Amino acid sequence: MNTVNVKKLSIEGFRELLGSYFFIFPAVLIFSVFYIYPFFKIFVLSLQEWNGISLHGQFIGFDNFQEILQDGVWWMSMWHAAYIALIALTFQNALAFALALSCDRDIRMRKFYRVVFYIPPVLSEVVVGLIWQWILYSGMQNGEHVGLLNYFLTKIHMNHLVHGWLSDPKTALTCIAIVHSWKGFGWGFIILLAGLQAIDRQLYEAARVDGAGAFSIFKNVTIPMMIPVFVMVMILTILGSMQVFVLVLSMVSQGLVYHTEVPVTRILTSMTDTSRFGYACAQGIVFGLILMFFSFTLNKVSKSFKQE
Amino acid sequence: MFPNQYKVAKMFVSILTHIFLMAVAATCLFPLMWMVRSSLMTNDTIFVDKSLIPKAIHFENYYLAWTNGNFGIYLFNSVVYTASVVFGIVLVSSLAAYAFSRLKFPGKNFLFYMFLAAMMIPLPGSFVPLYVLMSKLHLVNTRMGYILCMINVGLSLSIYMLKTFFDKMPSALEDAARMDGCSKVGIWLHVALPLARPAIAVIVIFNTLNVWNEYILATLLLNDQSLMPLQRGLMVFQGSHSVDYPLLMAGLSITVLPVVLVYLFMQKHIIEGLSAGAIAG
Amino acid sequence: MKKMFLTAVSLFFLITGCSSSTKQASTISIWHWMTDRQEAFVKLAEQYEQQTGIKVKFELYAPSDIYSRKIIAAAQARVLPDIFGVLGEKKKLVAFVENGFVADLTEEFQNDDAAWEKSLFEKALDVNRFEENNIYKIKPGIYGVPIDVTNIQMLYNQTLLAKAGVKVPPSTFSEFLDVAMALKRLGIDGLVSGWGEVWMIDCFASNYAFNIMGEEKVMATYRGEVPYTDEDWIKVFNIFKTLRDKKALVDGIVTKGNKYAEQDFALERAAFAFNGSWCVNVYDKMNPDLHYGAMLPPRINMERPMQIWGGAGSSFVVNGMAKNKPMVIAFLKWLTAKEQQAFLARETKNLPSNREALSNIPQVLSEFASSMDMTTHPSVWKYNEAPLVIEAFDKGIQAIIIGEAEPEEIAAQVQKVKQHEMEKQQRQQ
Repeated sequence: MNTVNVKKLSIEGFRELLGSYFFIFPAVLIFSVFYIYPFFKIFVLSLQEWNGISLHGQFIGFDNFQEILQDGVWWMSMWHAAYIALIALTFQNALAFALALSCDRDIRMRKFYRVVFYIPPVLSEVVVGLIWQWILYSGMQNGEHVGLLNYFLTKIHMNHLVHGWLSDPKTALTCIAIVHSWKGFGWGFIILLAGLQAIDRQLYEAARVDGAGAFSIFKNVTIPMMIPVFVMVMILTILGSMQVFVLVLSMVSQGLVYHTEVPVTRILTSMTDTSRFGYACAQGIVFGLILMFFSFTLNKVSKSFKQE
Repeated sequence: MFPNQYKVAKMFVSILTHIFLMAVAATCLFPLMWMVRSSLMTNDTIFVDKSLIPKAIHFENYYLAWTNGNFGIYLFNSVVYTASVVFGIVLVSSLAAYAFSRLKFPGKNFLFYMFLAAMMIPLPGSFVPLYVLMSKLHLVNTRMGYILCMINVGLSLSIYMLKTFFDKMPSALEDAARMDGCSKVGIWLHVALPLARPAIAVIVIFNTLNVWNEYILATLLLNDQSLMPLQRGLMVFQGSHSVDYPLLMAGLSITVLPVVLVYLFMQKHIIEGLSAGAIAG
Repeated sequence: MKKMFLTAVSLFFLITGCSSSTKQASTISIWHWMTDRQEAFVKLAEQYEQQTGIKVKFELYAPSDIYSRKIIAAAQARVLPDIFGVLGEKKKLVAFVENGFVADLTEEFQNDDAAWEKSLFEKALDVNRFEENNIYKIKPGIYGVPIDVTNIQMLYNQTLLAKAGVKVPPSTFSEFLDVAMALKRLGIDGLVSGWGEVWMIDCFASNYAFNIMGEEKVMATYRGEVPYTDEDWIKVFNIFKTLRDKKALVDGIVTKGNKYAEQDFALERAAFAFNGSWCVNVYDKMNPDLHYGAMLPPRINMERPMQIWGGAGSSFVVNGMAKNKPMVIAFLKWLTAKEQQAFLARETKNLPSNREALSNIPQVLSEFASSMDMTTHPSVWKYNEAPLVIEAFDKGIQAIIIGEAEPEEIAAQVQKVKQHEMEKQQRQQ
């Protein structure tokens, strides 16, 4: 190594480094206090059998994790969440992207649409739960269907489609997934719209000057520029869908046997109903590790796409 | 291609697009309209009367919701919390995201993945060690404690989003600024931030909604009613067993308004973001 | 611009700098979750301050699941208030007592020839009591103060029953099925209940289990001496199969939380409901014209009585590490005295825990009150089932109701979980 380089490293290089660390210092400080510290505590707890109240838990090593591996209901709940995530990834994001594309251009009333599409995410779960319960209600009163969907189906003479939407295990989860997508597409819409708007208009101009048609522009300019945003929206969708639970509780309560259980409801059951804090913490960690694995895989795959 | 055919096709696509947009918009507006209509009714008619415009309109529900729910002080608190947390998050996360995107230092990747991992590992029982820690730091039942906690809640996602946007930015402007002798902080303040305006707007919208609707952490960390946010006011209408639906709907309608206003203001920045930035330089 | 920023920052620190108020010498802090009663509590607190000069602060943290979390966190940080509540199963109270968070009130109750103890409903006190030789190894005594009582029964809609020509509510299970079928022919649904919340299923099943085989056999099952595949338990599971086959239940009953079930009954979409005495408040608000009454769940086994779940609705405990215990306990004595209880009963339409406070209460509420002698509750039983077994049991019943499984299958499944739990218990000992 050159003596010159060593000198650079010691003074100017050091100041450079310090400057860089200044940027991340506040974030890392807050993060360490409010996340890292509890995380270590949680990790320690996951190795214990603790009821949340006693001063000390009982150390049981990796027993909790072993039990999770054999917990059939847990893996079923993971699959349910994955199903909801799948529907969200396809249905919700396709919708969000279609809407974002439509509003990207200079069409009439786009300002109106931009506001309206943000309403579902803003609504409280209370209202969403009440409304959709009413829409999907499967009972009758005085000869008429109470639920809006079934009522509508009878009015257009499609009685054979009338169904116990939330009471039938085969349709309940799908209904929840659709309501979840409905509530969430507003987010995808904003992020994708921001991404579309961030594409330099000059690139479009240049392509048009080169004689490219609309579809070609879409394929060669829009899509490649949007890939990092797509990946981000996909990862956020997966995370948001896997962690769904308030919606599940407000639509089917704790019910329908295990057909509508999702990981977070299982964790809450461990924490409150059965008072097994340690087990709940272990479930949280396993859940997180799986999500991390998928997210990083997705990231890697998308990076290889970019290089092509 | 005949010009007429082209025009007809274009009009056809345009009409279809509008029908599609209107249909989706209708499903979004329906709950909102139901909420407002229900807020003007009474408990015994709210589920029975299916009409969109109620027969007897009770505007006083809004007044009752405001007073019974003690909205005055709660609204003040919510505004303080939301403004502080959003400001804090924008500041802290934009600094960190810029560093992760543009600067080089050892441990960069590791730290970034750590923030990412935080988004993915929910800590179900974390409220216990968190509370004990806050108690030791004398931050329980203080506004500052709650604000710091909430900044952390939104940090990972904001850093992730901003870094993605910073990565996409062309570095030409930054290089120019650096050659002009601008410091790192200067580049961050005068070049990166303005260029990332759409992304920052998204983060503001996102975190505003999160903090405004947050309730669990507030109930946990705060004891005095005078420090509680708006969601606490709404709880008054949701008794352990009986729910006062009209007042609850009125309360929700009041609560929804500021968030929508913030969105209206911010979404302009998403749209007018880059074109202005790039040209002005 | 810079000036604005500086003023904003200083204002910010001014606002956030205000931290918690300091506690005065004669203040009692109470944390509770009962939203409906906060107003009434505050009024009582003002009265008490006028009478004694002691300030009482009622702080509300709702809903109840978040309240429980706050209590657990505060316990760990040793900052519990003077008076609070321990929600959930008896085991939770055990944990709090074991760790010194809850004070033993037995002495106070037995003062003056047990005056305080005798003024309250025995069933309500039992929920807060630990008997001699209890399995939790807690020193026997009373550890909590009930401030209201409640029980869970069946409700019936008089108007709808009249449509089917029924003037008197059914008293046996087969009568009940006949009525439900008659109603179904008229297009009216039979029974609705919040069976989306598993504890409600547990309550219903438990009532019938006690009726069919008696408390002793149920306790023996919890001890592991009787398997769930026993024919009496199959009879319990069969109840749900019968209800399903005769279509006596509302569609989607296993997805309904209690609030939605209450809506259904109040809006006359079902003729019967299974709910607790708090429902009177809910139904009256939603439908003042509802003509309904309370009845015990109709018996299957006529040789045994029907025992319903009931006892203390809400109870307060005293912080084991409170500074001035006598002062705190004196307030609780006052709160459960006749006048205050009558006031609370009137204001919040709940049943008082003080025997002498039953005065002007609505008709249906008094029907609930009259059944208090027939109540029992898991908190007063000698043994309790393991939570994982309870979950398998309740979810199994849900499966029977939606037609996915038959009683014998479920019985075998539950027994398997029970055996697993027994083995785990033995390993830990």
